[in-house]
Amino acid sequence: MATVFIPSLMQSLTNGEHRVEIEGATVRQIINNLDTRYPGMKERLVEANRVKSNISVAIDGEVTTLGLLGKVGESSEVHFLPAIGGGSRLI
Amino acid sequence: MTTTDYERNVVLSSKTYDVVGTRPVRPDGADKVTGRALYGADFDAAGLLHGKMLRSPHAHARIKSIDTSRAEAMPGVLAVVTGKDLPSAADKVIELGEGSTNLMYLRDNVLANDKALYQGHAIAAVAATSPHEAEEALGLIEVEYEVLPAVLTAPDGMRDDAPLLHENLMTQELGEKTDKHSNVADHFQHSKGDLEAGFAEADVIVEREFDTKTVHQGYIEPHAAVALWNNDGRLHIWCSTQGAFTVRDSMSEILGVPVSQVRVTPMEIGGGFGGKISVYLEPVAAVLSKKSGHPVKMVMSRREVFESTGPTPGSHIKIKMGVTKDGKITAAQAHMAYEAGGFPGSPVGAGAMCVFAVYDTDNVVIDGYDVVVNKAKTAAYRAPGAPNAAFAAEQVVDELARRIGIDPMDFRLKNASKEGTRRADGPVFPRIGCAEVMEAMKNHPHYSAPLEGPNRGRGVGVGFWFNIGFESSCTISVNADGTVTLTEGSTDIGGSRASIAMQAAEVLGIPAESVRPTVVDTDSIGYTAVTGGSRTTYATGWAAHDAAQEVNRQMIERAAKIWEVDAEDLEMEHGVIKHRRDSELQMSFKDVASQLNDTGGPVVGSAALNAGGMGAGGGSFAGSIVDVEVDPDTGKVSVLRFTAVQDAGKAIHPSYVEGQMQGGSVQGIGWALNEEYFMTDDGTMTNSSLLDYRMPTSLDLPMIDTVIVEVPSPSHPFGVRGVGEANIIPPTPAIANAIHNATGERMYKLPMNPGAVMEAIRKQKK
Repeated sequence: MATVFIPSLMQSLTNGEHRVEIEGATVRQIINNLDTRYPGMKERLVEANRVKSNISVAIDGEVTTLGLLGKVGESSEVHFLPAIGGGSRLI
Repeated sequence: MTTTDYERNVVLSSKTYDVVGTRPVRPDGADKVTGRALYGADFDAAGLLHGKMLRSPHAHARIKSIDTSRAEAMPGVLAVVTGKDLPSAADKVIELGEGSTNLMYLRDNVLANDKALYQGHAIAAVAATSPHEAEEALGLIEVEYEVLPAVLTAPDGMRDDAPLLHENLMTQELGEKTDKHSNVADHFQHSKGDLEAGFAEADVIVEREFDTKTVHQGYIEPHAAVALWNNDGRLHIWCSTQGAFTVRDSMSEILGVPVSQVRVTPMEIGGGFGGKISVYLEPVAAVLSKKSGHPVKMVMSRREVFESTGPTPGSHIKIKMGVTKDGKITAAQAHMAYEAGGFPGSPVGAGAMCVFAVYDTDNVVIDGYDVVVNKAKTAAYRAPGAPNAAFAAEQVVDELARRIGIDPMDFRLKNASKEGTRRADGPVFPRIGCAEVMEAMKNHPHYSAPLEGPNRGRGVGVGFWFNIGFESSCTISVNADGTVTLTEGSTDIGGSRASIAMQAAEVLGIPAESVRPTVVDTDSIGYTAVTGGSRTTYATGWAAHDAAQEVNRQMIERAAKIWEVDAEDLEMEHGVIKHRRDSELQMSFKDVASQLNDTGGPVVGSAALNAGGMGAGGGSFAGSIVDVEVDPDTGKVSVLRFTAVQDAGKAIHPSYVEGQMQGGSVQGIGWALNEEYFMTDDGTMTNSSLLDYRMPTSLDLPMIDTVIVEVPSPSHPFGVRGVGEANIIPPTPAIANAIHNATGERMYKLPMNPGAVMEAIRKQKK
């Protein structure tokens, strides 16, 4: 199972847990399974069927560019981070 | 000091190749040194009109009305546009360039809607038959403003009684919208371990506050764009940009046209440093073209570049760190508030990921705040957010080392991040070169050289920046004379044509000079993301590597056909195709190339890839060693000697890596000693010319020595790490630490100009 790290500002949804083991082969499956265990997670992370604009998902240390389609391995680490680019969010 | 007793440019090489790691002449050199290269403003077309922009004189004002009738009636004027001429934008998020953005904000930054949010915010534009007529017509546009109080710093913007820039903006906390109307667009927190326990374990704790100012990238070529909205509905843009596809996507979103209807030709670029990713002129020139039926050129003045494009933000940063007597960092805490400018989106996220990334620390809490203020919307600038963070954290690290009596480099080495270190934001570092960079600094003759004379000090600093992967495409066609043409979509800012071509040449086994690289428009190559995020040599070079492998595969097939053998029995080595068991069967790449038409026709290899996201390749560490002399009567700081050290993974073209290191160091020195947006209380910039905005020149600086460290990236075929950005991070703290060693005073604000240094010295005397 993948290890998902819960950001401190979201730990109110996980009863203070900061890392949890979750099944899932994609970011979408991980978030769905997280939401089943900790209701409200999906609402915080997903909007209009995509990862929210101010959130990035890092899988094994690298921010995925595939959003909900990002592949998650059996022993992957998944982090939810504030979204940024090599620059700022751009306008 | 003498400069002949040591090697000034060192490459600590890990592996040698035939082409990679050599220093061929750049393929675009002749055009550039003869003045024949065409930049944004050089483009011309029949029937060309000239566009000019009317900009807000107020930093914060409600736009009550705009009357363009007199301008429209002026002879020579063919079109006038305001924000109402852009399609109304939905409050939706789109993916562009290096990240995502809100379409409504993007549109309102291009042409203001109901409010001017910074001095220089575009209000209206005119297209006329000459630039002078367009300029004159701007004076005929009447705008009625209701001037509002301006907010100019992050701490002021965060106050409960601060004037609100966006009445509907509510603070988001990692996906959750709070119900608080505020100038704080975002708050996030990274945490790791037990901060309280970490500080309890510490023998020495240092807590300091720092301020940095708004700084511009200072590219020498102003923004320029030509738009032709043709009668067939196709829109063609020629512009100075770091990312033609990003411009295409931006135009599509802002103007509501399909991407297939937009073609963007990137001209040569006179510098960008992150500041030429966002669009400013392009959508306005397009609408003017549509209205007038002519191509329209718009070129910014230097003042417009300063006041109306995206600088890097000012910031307020608090750092608290604890250490044991034997030099182990036990806890680190940061509060980071960055100015976003008129719309949300400062680089505070990146700053927070980098602030303590250099050190393997168990207990960390970092709070980041993205705060809108009445300044131009910030944009990327070389390692955005990280120099601010390092200026603060690396001074506290230096102070801790001195308080416990450990050499600053030994202290850093003792706490250096390494493979397996978990950053405060969560991810674990793969193989990185942090300790190797620090060791190279410590071992450099500069670090141990005597520094004699009064008022002189030496300082060091270390910084980290990510690599971004993203999308790249490359096509290679073989010519009959054994050369190849290579087409790619990455704007060449710092020599990337050469570094991309060299990676192809290495795989093909031909000289670098036999590869002719060309940067092409968006209709002529597969999607390629921006030249930014230290990604181009990494990702487009990787695409060139893969395209060259595909060419080799086809060339082997042709040789097999000529020799009537099985292709699987053949291999290519150093540009020679040979049979594995029959040493008589050998043919060079050039020989096969001369027989392509007789063996089946052209050979073309293409590759398109997504080289990963942020964090691809592990990133790069950089360090600075600097000697300064402080004039005790004037406060002027002179840089006597400067050494830049950086992990390049594998330097494809060492001269261009050294150029990046020297350029980044010079920009860092500018941040440190002089550069700032000098603003009045009402938000007016008073130094928006290169005469008054003081950037370093060659007269201000010594030659910068370099050490390229090579710890190969685990993910790239040649081990490349992006080198474009990390080098700007360590100069500001290194210089601050050097000034401390020269004067005994800590510098808590940037820039450390003569006035600031004198203030510190006077305070000491009291």
